Amino acid sequence: MAVERDQLLDMYRCMVKIREFENRAHDLFLAGGLPGFLHLYSGQEAVAAGVMATLRPDDLIASTHRGHGHVIAKGGDVRLMLAEILGRATGYCKGKGGSMHIAAIELGILGANGVVGASIPIGVGAALACQYKDGDRVSVTFFGDGASNRGTFHEALNLASIWDLPAVFICENNLYGVGFCQRDHMRPCDVAERAAGYGFPGIVVDGNDAEAVYEATATAVARARAGGGPTMVECKTWRHHGHFVGDQALYRDPAEHAEWLARDPLLLCAKVLASRGWADEGALLAIQDEIRAEIEEAVAFALASPQPALSDLLTDVYSD
Amino acid sequence: MAVRNFGQAIADGLILEMERDPDVYIVGEDVATFPAFGVTRACYERFGATRVRDTPVSETAIMGHAVGAAAAGLRPVAEIMFMDFLGIILDELANQAAKMHYMFGGTMKVPLVVRTVSGAGIGAAAQHSQSLEAWVTHTPGLKMIAPSTPADAKGLIAAAVRDDNPVVFMEHKLLYATEGEVPDGEYVLPIGKADIKRAGSDVTIVSWSSMVQKSLAAADLLAADGVAAEVLDLRTLVPLDKDAILESLGRTHRLVIVHEAVKTSGFGAEVAAIVADEGFDLLDAPIKRVTAPDTPVPFSPVLEAAFVPDAAKIRAAVLSLG
Ligand SMILES: Cc1ncc(C[n+]2csc(CCOP(=O)(O)OP(=O)(O)O)c2C)c(N)n1
Ligand SMILES: [Mg+2]
Repeated sequence: MAVERDQLLDMYRCMVKIREFENRAHDLFLAGGLPGFLHLYSGQEAVAAGVMATLRPDDLIASTHRGHGHVIAKGGDVRLMLAEILGRATGYCKGKGGSMHIAAIELGILGANGVVGASIPIGVGAALACQYKDGDRVSVTFFGDGASNRGTFHEALNLASIWDLPAVFICENNLYGVGFCQRDHMRPCDVAERAAGYGFPGIVVDGNDAEAVYEATATAVARARAGGGPTMVECKTWRHHGHFVGDQALYRDPAEHAEWLARDPLLLCAKVLASRGWADEGALLAIQDEIRAEIEEAVAFALASPQPALSDLLTDVYSD
Repeated sequence: MAVRNFGQAIADGLILEMERDPDVYIVGEDVATFPAFGVTRACYERFGATRVRDTPVSETAIMGHAVGAAAAGLRPVAEIMFMDFLGIILDELANQAAKMHYMFGGTMKVPLVVRTVSGAGIGAAAQHSQSLEAWVTHTPGLKMIAPSTPADAKGLIAAAVRDDNPVVFMEHKLLYATEGEVPDGEYVLPIGKADIKRAGSDVTIVSWSSMVQKSLAAADLLAADGVAAEVLDLRTLVPLDKDAILESLGRTHRLVIVHEAVKTSGFGAEVAAIVADEGFDLLDAPIKRVTAPDTPVPFSPVLEAAFVPDAAKIRAAVLSLG
């Protein structure tokens, strides 16, 4: 399933949007305006952009604590996202969720999740809903290398397999779970190998190459839609920042960090676009300018948004 | 009306709900072919393996997938074979299901039921006999139902399935064989309404689940003592029918709370605190609790019988109020 010009340009645009969003969120955090934890997605943009380019609006995703990129790529409104991470009443969750709990059911986003590995059975349940309702929707579950050591991972993969669910598991292997290097926290180091243990295919791709992510995921999604059951796609990637804002990531090797920065997914994609004559530098700069303006507008919207009313504290505990 | 046992009444209620709403499905270990207490066998015979789904021994996945399925539009009824395994599903129940509606600003519903088997009395020992309702009631976002009769079980399981929130439905294992008149056809009770199982004017005995039966037995003994005990079955702990408790106390002025769970931080403490706060002037005597002691559930039949509150202990607590 080769990628065409417009698709790759859309992925590039999506990646720029995620990067610019994260840069502004980072600034806001450092300026002291942003409460809580902030896990930046920067560096992993090709995963969200490549995966989401294979999905339809009615497909479902389950996300993680590092979820801003997933929400943006699935069509999230950056104004409502910024308002949410600033805790404002206009945010996706009325300010009650924050960065780790953005959900938008109307976009098929079942929620980011503060509990590592919790998204995996939730994504599998959503896949059951897709299958049960007799459609050809699929459910895509994101999780990290660290999460693949949770029991949730193992139980959920087995369930997805025995029920032949239309589930696609996207492992974003950024080689660290907080400060714990993957080669020390699991064996084998290809998470995708674990799929074989549950009887379905697992493949490893360069997670910084949006096209590679797209192609592997498109195959997995097509298989799921056709009733062929689950697939895992492991995307090897790297987070540009620390685990959360404030973490200097001193546990990582500077040389390895530099190598990965040289393989920034935005740079790689820009090179491909240029080499194929699909977009020149001017066109790419225009995209960046346009998105920066959109993000600035969103920041202004969020900062001007009201705080929640104190009465909101007591609402939404139960649905009636 | 027909005479049904507690388990049959639950199955009857589930079958009607499954007929009414194709998005309702049952899921859990051995729920289809060989259910531990037999309840869902009839559902499987009626609806087959797509809607009554056996799972591997994977409580985390049973509960976790149910959360995702509910968020994506289905209405799972998950069975957790013993309430003692609540610890295994606690993240999925308490951190995911319970919080999603609030955390996501009211935009998402998680309509699911967890049916689970509680209680001592069959020598199942420390890991298969607990009453852990207070683990549930301490988590906002969850509803907690604990019926004591077949009719209530039928009416409340239907209500639980129709509710748009995560609901824990606790079934005491000794109740399964108990029989009673059950209304035919569709029968739905409101969640959050207590029921006076026996009227009386001298003391209010508040309880739920199987302890209602023990309280009724105690009320018989007390009648011979010349004490008219009112037995108030809470039926649902969250939401709690505070008005029914206070209203009964307005007539009896004495309160004894009976539960099979251990004493410390049991739900009885919550009831006592509410009454101390909102009904202090109604009381003519201290509030008494009759509960299990603060121990694991013992295996020895002798010790187990001493662990579970019985009619004699309830009677003694009432008589101690003078
Ligand atoms: C169950 C659980 N344990 C621990 C944590 C604390 N924690 C937050 S993120 C994280 C590491 C997750 O690693 P990984 O899955 O690789 O995701 P990444 O942060 O690398 O994107 C940990 C341990 C948590 N939130 N949930
Ligand atoms: Mg990681």
